[in-house]
Amino acid sequence: MDGAVAAEALAWPDAIFAELRRWDVRQVAYVPDGGHARLIRAIHADAAMRAIPLTTEEEGVAVLAGAALGGQRGALLMQSSGVGNCVNMLSLVKSCAFPLLALVTMRGEWGEFNPWQVPMGSRTEAAFGLMDVQVRRADRPDEVGETVAAAARMVFEGGSAVAVLLSQRLIGAKVF
Amino acid sequence: MLDRRDVVARLLKDRGEALVVTGLGAATYDVAAAGDDPRNFYLWGAMGGAALVGLGLALAQPDRPVMVVTGDGEQLMGLGAFATIAVQAPPNLTVVVLDNGLYGETGGQRSHAGLGTDLAAVARGCGIQQAWRVADAAGVEALAATIATPGAAPRVAVVAVDPAEAPRVLPSRDGAVLRGRFQAALGLAA
Repeated sequence: MDGAVAAEALAWPDAIFAELRRWDVRQVAYVPDGGHARLIRAIHADAAMRAIPLTTEEEGVAVLAGAALGGQRGALLMQSSGVGNCVNMLSLVKSCAFPLLALVTMRGEWGEFNPWQVPMGSRTEAAFGLMDVQVRRADRPDEVGETVAAAARMVFEGGSAVAVLLSQRLIGAKVF
Repeated sequence: MLDRRDVVARLLKDRGEALVVTGLGAATYDVAAAGDDPRNFYLWGAMGGAALVGLGLALAQPDRPVMVVTGDGEQLMGLGAFATIAVQAPPNLTVVVLDNGLYGETGGQRSHAGLGTDLAAVARGCGIQQAWRVADAAGVEALAATIATPGAAPRVAVVAVDPAEAPRVLPSRDGAVLRGRFQAALGLAA
């Protein structure tokens, strides 16, 4: 990888962070995740954003519903393994037409060494589909910013529920 | 024993500017029975989520008191909420858990709270220092005095109530309507 490509590969979490700032996202709920580690650090370091660590992903769906109820924008960061945990809590989003922006790092799809990640990773999009959450996907570093921006417009201007899947090829397979 | 309707009516009587989120089931009916208000957000599902909706709301509206009214069964489904709330520590959030020790909506099966789980101790163990059990009218009065005035830290009050079922008072089940009127009451665009 030459220097320019390497810099672009590193910069995609920064592109997400820039979009969250641009859209005035104030509450960022997350379950700790290696793929999002750089973004999570940036959020903790920003006084304008509230970083909200969760014990399980569905908590974030409820927290962001409360944020929207009170007039603040939010985003939910998680790994694909957590999407199934959210299914019933997404009834809150669907029944009340709350906006939802979820940014999901994928496991189990590209060079995954851990077979336990494959069942949920291979059904992540389907699980969102069960509750009518729109799914968009970014596979290359250069499309992350525009994909998050397009999703954020749907969520914060249109009131939709949208998940952006960040592919495992983009993030890099976890190495032990 | 404390009557759940009396407890909730007393807490809401002095609500001031408080915003209220209810957990599904009897807690929703109790708050509706005390008088509907656009500043009440009733959950009819999303079990385990009530205190967390309250958390997001309390962070978004730091100048308004937020009271969550829920039941022991609903809170048991989201025990991690206590840990998540403790980390954020919004001083304007009070979670009131009406503890009748059973699942009234599903046939009265005993809950873990009814079988020994001490929810106030769980909340304290998660880092919410102001978590206590209320078992008498004086305790309800003391709690009522705190609802409209944010303290220094979030509070969890577990109120021991009579397991008798009260008549159902059903508010709107239209989530989008409940959301829209709540936001309008706050002067927000829906």
